[in-house]
Amino acid sequence: MDYGLFLVKYLLRSMVYGPIRICDMIGIIDYGSGNLMSVYNAFKYLGQDVRVCGKPSELDIADKIVLPGVGSSRAAMDCLSEKGLLDAIIGAIKKGKNFLGLCLGLQLLLETSEESGGCDCLGLFKGTVRLFPGNMGLKVPHMGWNTVGFGKRDCPIFKGIPDNSYFYFVHSYYCDNRDEAITAGVTGYGLDFTSAVWDANVFALQFHPERSQENGLRILRNFIEL
Amino acid sequence: MLAKRVIPCLDVKDGRVVKGVNFLSLRDAGDPVENAKIYNDEGADELVFLDITASYEARKTMVDVVRNVARQVFMPFTVGGGISSIEDIRDMLNAGCDKVSINTSAVKRPQLVKEASDKFGTQCIVVAIDAKSGTKGGWEVYIKGGRESTGIDAVEWAKKAASLGAGEILLTSMDRDGTKNGFDIALTRAVSSAVNIPVIASGGCGGLDDFVDVFRQAGADAALAASIFHFREFSIKEVKEKLRSSGIIVRNQ
Repeated sequence: MDYGLFLVKYLLRSMVYGPIRICDMIGIIDYGSGNLMSVYNAFKYLGQDVRVCGKPSELDIADKIVLPGVGSSRAAMDCLSEKGLLDAIIGAIKKGKNFLGLCLGLQLLLETSEESGGCDCLGLFKGTVRLFPGNMGLKVPHMGWNTVGFGKRDCPIFKGIPDNSYFYFVHSYYCDNRDEAITAGVTGYGLDFTSAVWDANVFALQFHPERSQENGLRILRNFIEL
Repeated sequence: MLAKRVIPCLDVKDGRVVKGVNFLSLRDAGDPVENAKIYNDEGADELVFLDITASYEARKTMVDVVRNVARQVFMPFTVGGGISSIEDIRDMLNAGCDKVSINTSAVKRPQLVKEASDKFGTQCIVVAIDAKSGTKGGWEVYIKGGRESTGIDAVEWAKKAASLGAGEILLTSMDRDGTKNGFDIALTRAVSSAVNIPVIASGGCGGLDDFVDVFRQAGADAALAASIFHFREFSIKEVKEKLRSSGIIVRNQ
């Protein structure tokens, strides 16, 4: 979305509806990884103004930020860094913008990942992203519907959703997160892993709310309403 | 705990559902979006759309079908049928489906599985296998909608597909397909225990007990059925209730 067109639209909307807070827009970070359209579609479906942002300047005008993603950590980190988006993401989070990481968008927040021979991630939270062990007789990827235990913290994006509800997961690596203070959801698959984190304005989920029917859409709605 | 999945399959021809929900309340029984919404509301865990369009040109309409479904239904869905290249896979994923299933083209050129999973991630590449019991025991892989035998052993092919980067196997028993005599337990067990990726059992489902058997005895991760759902013989809800009362973990909505 180019900035000029955005301004024209904003001014037109302001003329019709009165001044609109420019922060009404959610930016989805595009770094060449697939599957951002399903996140985009879900926000659109909920009536939310949502844009795909591939440049730092586009992220700057977004009020809230979503980092979606499937694929490998290293490819994602390389692409984010090439586009100058790493600093933009960290900057936005420091400014206090609400941030939602989905699937790989959660894993990238940890310090390191075992994926593709090991790679450094954003390091916002302590911990490592590990492959599910092959010796537990479990199928990998962990694919399908599993429960998320919300624990004692009252995470605002889970408002109105019963504890231990089912959400849709697809992943081969999991977050081995060492910081219980930021854990907002735990899921069992052979071992217990962190399936949701929440720290101030940063929210991130291992599962796919955009694929989890009513409960998933409720999470996205809660994020819109933060 | 990870729930066992129940998956209805919809056949699509020239952009229209030709074997879908046989529901009087549907305003347009051929509309893929309406079909998907009904199964979404019923609590289906995923959907599979199988494109049975004959001509190559008409297949392009499938991309529009996927795009329309993706805008309105927020559950995982797979598209299969006639997908033969990296470009086909990219078109479908970009249109908004979660997974693409490849069959004949994977058998003819197994490297396609590797290229596709390297490019898009293993989680979105499903290898569909049509298997029929062979004369010397075991099961043989058939391609081109079951019309052509290959001489390839189904269990070996499943292992190879998994090692090339398939994220899931959609396993159809040609011996059982359309018979309603139940899923092929032996075939499903053989494949499911040979690979470390999820296996969807398909073909032969005729009643509630068949679902229990395929999960309990064959170790399937998901079960796919078409006609018993479309003709309202059983609802997804009934299947799940039966599974739950049999001690199998399924998702409640």
